[in-house]
Amino acid sequence: MPIYSEKVMEHFMHPRNVGEIENADGIGEEGNPVCGDMMTFYIKVKGNRLEDVKFKTFGCGAAIAVSSMVSEMAKGKTIAEAMKITPKSVADMLEGLPKNKFHCSNLGAQALHKAIEDYQNKQKAGGKA
Amino acid sequence: MKKVYLDNNSTTPILPEVRDVMLPYLAEHFGNPSCLHEWGDPPREALETARNQVADLIGGAPEEIIFTGSGTESNNFAVKGLAMANQKKGKHVVVSAIEHFSVLNSAKTLEKMGFTYSTVAVDKYGVVDPENVRKAIRDDTIMVSIMQANGEIGTLEPIKEIGKITKEKGVVFHTDAVATAGTIPLNVKELGVDALSLASNMFYGPKGVGALWLRKGTRITPLLDGGIQEGGRRAGTENVAGIVGMGKAAELAKTHIAVRNEHLTRLRDRLLKELPARISRVMITGHPQNRLPGHASFCVEFIEGESMLMLLNSQGVAVTSGSACTSRALLASHVLLAMGLPHEIAQGSLLFGFGMSNTMEDVDYVLDVLPPIVDRLRQMSPLYSKFVKQSKGG
Ligand code: FES
Repeated sequence: MPIYSEKVMEHFMHPRNVGEIENADGIGEEGNPVCGDMMTFYIKVKGNRLEDVKFKTFGCGAAIAVSSMVSEMAKGKTIAEAMKITPKSVADMLEGLPKNKFHCSNLGAQALHKAIEDYQNKQKAGGKA
Repeated sequence: MKKVYLDNNSTTPILPEVRDVMLPYLAEHFGNPSCLHEWGDPPREALETARNQVADLIGGAPEEIIFTGSGTESNNFAVKGLAMANQKKGKHVVVSAIEHFSVLNSAKTLEKMGFTYSTVAVDKYGVVDPENVRKAIRDDTIMVSIMQANGEIGTLEPIKEIGKITKEKGVVFHTDAVATAGTIPLNVKELGVDALSLASNMFYGPKGVGALWLRKGTRITPLLDGGIQEGGRRAGTENVAGIVGMGKAAELAKTHIAVRNEHLTRLRDRLLKELPARISRVMITGHPQNRLPGHASFCVEFIEGESMLMLLNSQGVAVTSGSACTSRALLASHVLLAMGLPHEIAQGSLLFGFGMSNTMEDVDYVLDVLPPIVDRLRQMSPLYSKFVKQSKGG
């Protein structure tokens, strides 16, 4: 399928960090307004670091590769570092995405950021855990 | 690795017999058929042979065949050309909701030119009710265009019944027979149509060549202005090799149609029956019986078509999908939505188009490799985990 880079194909064929985290510290769900697809990210936070990141994705090959790449980029990072992951940095790490698939990389970064925000909101609401 | 081509809805391969008759027209018989010298003779004669062969396939007369560059061109030509030629009588056109974009977008172009059009809905199997066509026809309606079968869902439409209505109402009737011509037996006289589009690559002929059959005496405005090729209705030097190939493919289709259909129907019926038995939450799209012989289409719940297609491709199986993610415009299939399917179900669309080179072994191979693929993608799907939790909880 030459429409995708080798890197995309590799992540699509062997996605990292698929799954859910029980009792996750943050969950972020994002729907794709363009094609109607969906991504959910789960994070486990320890001492300001994303100790674990997992995802579930309903979407195209690019969307699956994007979620896998985002999970890999975010895992082990501090929250501040993870918030700096952008659709562009994800697409770059994947050696590019076809033009009409770029929106799938928005989905990945947004779902991760939502999971982080969810964690932060819970922190605020519940005081310091 | 095993290679299984199951995308004959996109294009069939070119038969060796077809390719063989084309080659001389890419070599020594390169002449222009419009020329009066010796070089013009073989290509001119070849065009007439092909015209006879194509006419014969659909029960028309050779002078009623206009060769074009594709099924898309034939549809554009019919919809725009027939509307323009009849605009003194009225400016309203009727199409169905599941037409190919070459018909739907032609209707939209007509709208920009001051025409209007109505869209007839379909039922959950994608069938047009002829009575709805009758209701859509107004005093100023000049043309109806309804396809004979939809390539995405395989459903066959009641063209004969619609033809009776258009005749009674005195409006011109075009049918897009790209999916059916050369695939199922058809006769333009029995169908009661005035114009019918065909594409060569749907019945083992080359790509880049199609035809419009136009009933004798039906007026049409050409899309291309220029020379007087094709009786002045389609200017431009002919694609001689392509047309010769289409003619041969038509002749072979006519001879072998019964044998082909018996084979294709067996493969199709096994997949239609077995796939839903082996994978949970799979539905057949289109009509379960009244459909194209080699056509099996499904929606697999909770997962998306492109990712299924890519994993099938990695196992050597070529299929296609109507999911939004596979379309360049990223729009859900208008056909599946017109049948009332929700967007997320339409995302799981998968189409199989069997051809003459396929065997029952190919069906078995798909039945072996597809269930684990579906399983793998479902394990990744948030929709599936929601479904599992809900069914456990409730
Ligand atoms: S998720 Fe639909 S196009 Fe990528």
